[in-house]
Amino acid sequence: MRTEGLYALSSWSDMAYLLAPRVFLVFGLLILPLVLDMYWQRVLCAAGIYALLAIGFDFLAEYVGLVCLGGALFVGTGGYISGLLNVSLGLPPLLCIPIAAVSGALISTIVLIPCLRLRGIYFAIVSFMFPLFAVFIIIALGVFGSTEGISALDLLPNRWFEQYIILALVLASVFSVRRLVNEDFGIILRGIKDNDQAVRSSGINITMYKVKAVFVAALIGCLGGAYLSHLYGWLGLSLFAMDFSILPIAATVMGGMGTLVGPVIGAFILTPMSEALRGFGQLRVVVYCLILIGFMVYKPEGLMNYLERKYHQFERWEKV
Amino acid sequence: MDRRAQALLEVRDISKAFGGVQAVNDVSFALHKGKIVGVIGPNGSGKTTIVNLITGFVRADSGEVFFQGKRTTGLPPHKIANIGITRTFQNMRPYHSLAAYKNLIVPLNSPRVRKTAGGKLGDNNSVAIDILEEIGFERDARVPYKTAGALPLGYLKRLELGRCIALRPEIIICDEIFSGLSMSEITTMIPLLEKLQMEGVTIMMIEHRLRELFRLVDSVIVMHFGRKIAEGLPEEVMRKDEVKRAYLGTERKR
Amino acid sequence: MDIIIYGTVNSVIFALIAVGFTLVYGVSRVPNFAHGSIYVLVGFLTWSFVNSFHMNYIPAIILSLGIAALIGLVIYRLILIRMRGMPTSEIIASFAVSLIILEGLRMQGIAGFKGFIGPFYVLQPFKEGKINILGVFVDYQRLIIVGAGLALVTLLWLFTHHTKTGLALRAIAQDEQAAMMLGVNSDRTATIALAIGSALAGLAAVIILPLGNITAETGYRVLIYALAVCIIGGLGSWAGAVLASFLLGFAMKISTALFGAVWESVVLVGMIILILLFRPSGLLGKQKELEERV
Repeated sequence: MRTEGLYALSSWSDMAYLLAPRVFLVFGLLILPLVLDMYWQRVLCAAGIYALLAIGFDFLAEYVGLVCLGGALFVGTGGYISGLLNVSLGLPPLLCIPIAAVSGALISTIVLIPCLRLRGIYFAIVSFMFPLFAVFIIIALGVFGSTEGISALDLLPNRWFEQYIILALVLASVFSVRRLVNEDFGIILRGIKDNDQAVRSSGINITMYKVKAVFVAALIGCLGGAYLSHLYGWLGLSLFAMDFSILPIAATVMGGMGTLVGPVIGAFILTPMSEALRGFGQLRVVVYCLILIGFMVYKPEGLMNYLERKYHQFERWEKV
Repeated sequence: MDRRAQALLEVRDISKAFGGVQAVNDVSFALHKGKIVGVIGPNGSGKTTIVNLITGFVRADSGEVFFQGKRTTGLPPHKIANIGITRTFQNMRPYHSLAAYKNLIVPLNSPRVRKTAGGKLGDNNSVAIDILEEIGFERDARVPYKTAGALPLGYLKRLELGRCIALRPEIIICDEIFSGLSMSEITTMIPLLEKLQMEGVTIMMIEHRLRELFRLVDSVIVMHFGRKIAEGLPEEVMRKDEVKRAYLGTERKR
Repeated sequence: MDIIIYGTVNSVIFALIAVGFTLVYGVSRVPNFAHGSIYVLVGFLTWSFVNSFHMNYIPAIILSLGIAALIGLVIYRLILIRMRGMPTSEIIASFAVSLIILEGLRMQGIAGFKGFIGPFYVLQPFKEGKINILGVFVDYQRLIIVGAGLALVTLLWLFTHHTKTGLALRAIAQDEQAAMMLGVNSDRTATIALAIGSALAGLAAVIILPLGNITAETGYRVLIYALAVCIIGGLGSWAGAVLASFLLGFAMKISTALFGAVWESVVLVGMIILILLFRPSGLLGKQKELEERV
């Protein structure tokens, strides 16, 4: 028996119906490393990083109402901290990555705090500017390897580890953020997005909640950045590249804003495509943006919502 | 005994101007615990601004607000709510993407409720549904589970009230809560408000529906052009010349 | 002494850049992230017209400005109009357009990334040479910038205060719904605003770009400057934008004189953060920085 939002499980076929897409997704992701060759396995890892960023973006945009135009800030901060910990303190990557994720998230959140009291537009502007500022400042002060970057970071144990850890992180993020938005914390965030004055009049300090939400998104993003620096064993200004800001947005719009799973799918579609276009220079950015705008204008619901609708209606599909 | 010392909420000489318009001009009054006070006056007389001033949404230019003897002027809205002063909104907007009962999860997570409940007293979801049921959301018809954006007006007004009730308030300020409701809907809301009064909640009501209001209130404050022009029992106040002039204008001189 | 002169020039540069952005934001509440990209695009177009198509300078400029206005119009009509009322989508869309233009130009081969060796695109200054003002040598181009800036501000003021369209723009900026009730067509006004704003960006470009090269990076810099001016001066406030331009312009020149050119960016960042911390709605911000009251 199916109604919107509530399910009464009355048979195995019902359970299968519900679980099938999820199992399909998880299984499909986990199988990929086994069927791809080495080059595409690296691409898979990159896709995972973009997927993490996309989850963070979707969470902030649809559940809190904050448009983050600067995912690169998280990647750069996480990556730099992890690399620096590795190089200067000699800590192994498996230790650096979690520490960098948490500390990077703390730092990113703190610099974003000043604009959280203000309207959403300020957050968009400031988040856009910060990755660019980070680059300016690193060059100006000549620190952290400046324009050349720092190489010879420790790498991750082996290829299989590389891939499965990122896939595990992606799946863990999707499922935990999904859980979070249905817990009280998530409900309050959605309340803030719908009507923040009413939330204030109910005794909640909305700035604190926004800070926590940004921290969650930053954590996920910094995790990706820290992972990235140990994937290639190198950190440099390219960790703050505009790619990390824009591809997750395109992936989210394409995949379906608000679904949290859609952005992951979007990332896994756009990243290989971007690889294929690598030879054409900046064309790939132009392409992401065209796709983004195309979806916003013609199919704003995104792929995931579209597929979900069709899936729920499959009994009524007719052969034309 | 000094009446002032007993007042639950005291507003002293409060003023606010927006640009060139003096919205509230040197207004003072007191609310006593367990009473229902009405605030009436023509449109634009500053009633909603007073609510915004008391609840911290607007900063006063001058004057003070005291709650239980302690100064609350200048505190942000969420702190004032946590002290126990809640309000409904005139152009109410529920959390339209959430189910009705989930709307109450927000106040149930406030520091105030967390403290008085000593941690979570039972699952927040069931508490929310219980509160809604008490205020008339029929559980059998699954009304609490409906998406708030789809509810009709009568339920939305009660949802606003529910949001306040969930906070276990000392004071509820209702901003035109009867507006848009039919006679029968109002008749079902009145017992709800009376019940709240019996439980010790102090209520301040901004209203235009005078006949219904006067059945409920213990006293009435009349505002006009930002000033308080009368205060007292409804019948006395309505007989005063200033009040009649405010609502009806003066007689044309022949 | 030269700090005063160069500071003034720098300030006027900021003002020229910010003016188009402020106009569009004030009227449509949509931050036109594509502002910086149109700036560079116009520079590039003018260069092409002059060098590849061998047009004369002035007609080339006029044509590019026309194209800029057209692009602004198209951006609104095709894309932004479908997102009105959904601020999340508006921001994302204008950001995407900006990237399409800038990265597209970068592909075309404008010097903008490390290691690129190629022809530098340069626009001719209007008049070569310097003159001596109070002991400081200033190029004519810089004087033209200041002159043009003053002229532009005056013209804009006259336009918005003495023509019907200008009045419509101000009306929508102050209170969109009231203006609509009085018969002002919000979409048409926003389209006009976007067209004018883009043309202004282009105008700023042709006046300022002769000072240096045309690169894709400039697009991002210009956007950041425009955003910085608006944040510091207050989103939507004209006087604030002018004030902020002067503050930023002088602050950056002074810091260069004292600490060296590299610290300019740090000063910029620092000022933005200071404003956000202590006076979030900007120096002369009229709009409430928090959500509208009930």
